[in-house]
Amino acid sequence: MNAVDIDRAMTRLAGEVAERARGEDSASRLAIVGIRRGGVHLASRLRARLARLLGHEPALGTVDIALYRDDLDEKGAAPVVGPTDVRFPVDGTTILLVDDVLYTGRTVRAALDELVDFGRPRRVWLLVLVDRGGRELPIAADFVGTRLSVEPQDDVQVRLTEGGAPQDAVIVTRRAP
Amino acid sequence: MIGSHKHCLGLADYSRQEILEVLDLAVSMKEVLKRPIKKVPSLRGKSVVNLFFEASTRTRSSFEVAAKVLSADALNWTAAASSVSKGETLIDTVKNLEAMRPDLIVIRHSAAGAPALVASRVRCAVISAGDGAHEHPSQGLLDCFTLREKLGALEGKTVTIVGDITHSRVARSDLYGLRRLGARTRVCGPPTMIPPGIEALGATVHHDLREAVAGADAVIMLRIQHERIGEPLIPGTREYSRLWGLNGRKAAEWLTPACLIMHPGPINRGVELEPDVADGPRSVILDQVENGVAVRMALLYLLAGGPEAAGEAKA
Repeated sequence: MNAVDIDRAMTRLAGEVAERARGEDSASRLAIVGIRRGGVHLASRLRARLARLLGHEPALGTVDIALYRDDLDEKGAAPVVGPTDVRFPVDGTTILLVDDVLYTGRTVRAALDELVDFGRPRRVWLLVLVDRGGRELPIAADFVGTRLSVEPQDDVQVRLTEGGAPQDAVIVTRRAP
Repeated sequence: MIGSHKHCLGLADYSRQEILEVLDLAVSMKEVLKRPIKKVPSLRGKSVVNLFFEASTRTRSSFEVAAKVLSADALNWTAAASSVSKGETLIDTVKNLEAMRPDLIVIRHSAAGAPALVASRVRCAVISAGDGAHEHPSQGLLDCFTLREKLGALEGKTVTIVGDITHSRVARSDLYGLRRLGARTRVCGPPTMIPPGIEALGATVHHDLREAVAGADAVIMLRIQHERIGEPLIPGTREYSRLWGLNGRKAAEWLTPACLIMHPGPINRGVELEPDVADGPRSVILDQVENGVAVRMALLYLLAGGPEAAGEAKA
C-alpha cells in the first residue's frame, strides 16, 4: 500500500465505523484507543475523519501493552514500557481499538486486558489497517483496511506519520532464512 | 537487567543512561498507580522476598506495594522474627530463602556491603534497600525522579543536602545520581558529620546553612543517624537545630521562592525540620513517598523480568 491507498482505506474505514456507530446508537459514546506504537497515529487520523462524519470529536486514548505481555520470560531484556493514557471514563462507552497490523492476536488480547482495568466498556470494536493472518488466539477484527496473505517469515511494516505524508506505506519484506 | 546490571546495589556504578532508563519507566509506572484498578499482570508468578535486618516503614511497604501492583508475590521477612536471633548467619539465611526460589531479593542490612555479598551467593537478582552508611539506591532514584518531575531536566540545577552526611546512605546515593544527571550538589552540616573526601563525589562542602541553601533549587534535609553514631558528634540536638535545622522563618529569608524541601524520612520534627516547613507548601516529602512506589516498580520490573540473566552479567 502506498500513501494514497492508505488514505483511501482510512476514509472507507471511518465511514464504516460511523455507519455502524449510528446504527447501534453508540455514536455519542464512541471513543478511540490506539495501541502503542503502531496504532497511535492511525487512531488520531481516524478521529479527525470521524469528527467530520459524526459532527463531534470522539475521545482519544492510548494503551501501551508492555505490562500486559505474556512473554516477559522469553524476551531478552524487559520490553520498553511507554505511556498509557486513558483519561475518559470507559464505563458504558463503545471503544474502537486501533492497531496497524493484526497478526497473532496476542497484542489485542493484552490491550483488551488493559482496557478492562479502566472500566467496563459497552462494547469494543477492533480496527486494523492490515490483517496479515496467522492468528494464535481466537480474535478477529471488526474493520479491516486490507488483508495480506504472507508467510510467517515475512515482516509487515507500516510506516505512518501523524498527519499523513507521501512516504506513508505498508511494506512487506522477507527475512533472510 | 538495567543496562549491564543484573542487580541494583548502589548508584556508584550506574551510568546516566541506566539511571534514566529507570526514571523514564517510573513515569509509566506512576500512571498505573493513578488508575482505578491499580494492578497490572506483568510480574504474575514472580516472587519477591523483602529481607529486612533493620527497621523500616516506608521502604519495606513501598517495595511491598510495588510488588503487589505488578502482581508479584511479596514475602516479608524481618530479622526480629527469624532464626537470626537463634544465631543463623546471613548467608545461611539467604541460602535457605533462595531454596524457596524467589525471583528477586530486596535486602536492607546494617552492614555496608551485605547486599553485594548476598548478590555474589545467589542466582536471583538483588536490590539493596539500604546497607549501613553505604548506599540506598532506590531512595537516590526516587529523589532524582521527584526532582526531575518538579524541576524538569536537572542539568545545572543546584541541590543542597543538609545533615549527617557521614552516616547517610541516602546522601551518597543522591550524590551519585544527581551528579550523573548533571545537577550541582552541595553538602552542609557540622564538620564532624561531613566525611573527608566527599568532594570526590562532586559536592562542595559548606558548614553555614544560609550560605549552603542560597540560590538552591532544592534542599534535602537528613535525619541524624543516632543508631549509627558511636560517640556524640554534636553537643546537642538544640544546638544542631539552631545551626542546621530549617524553620519557616529561615526558609522564608534564605531560600528562593521556588526552592523545594525534601526529606527521606523518618523526620525528627523539631530537630532538622520544623512542622511549618515539613508540612508547608515547599515540601514535596509526601510526593517522594508516592514516587518511591513508582521507582521501585520500575526496579522490580527491570530486574525480575526476562530469562535468568547470563552468568557474565556484572553487579
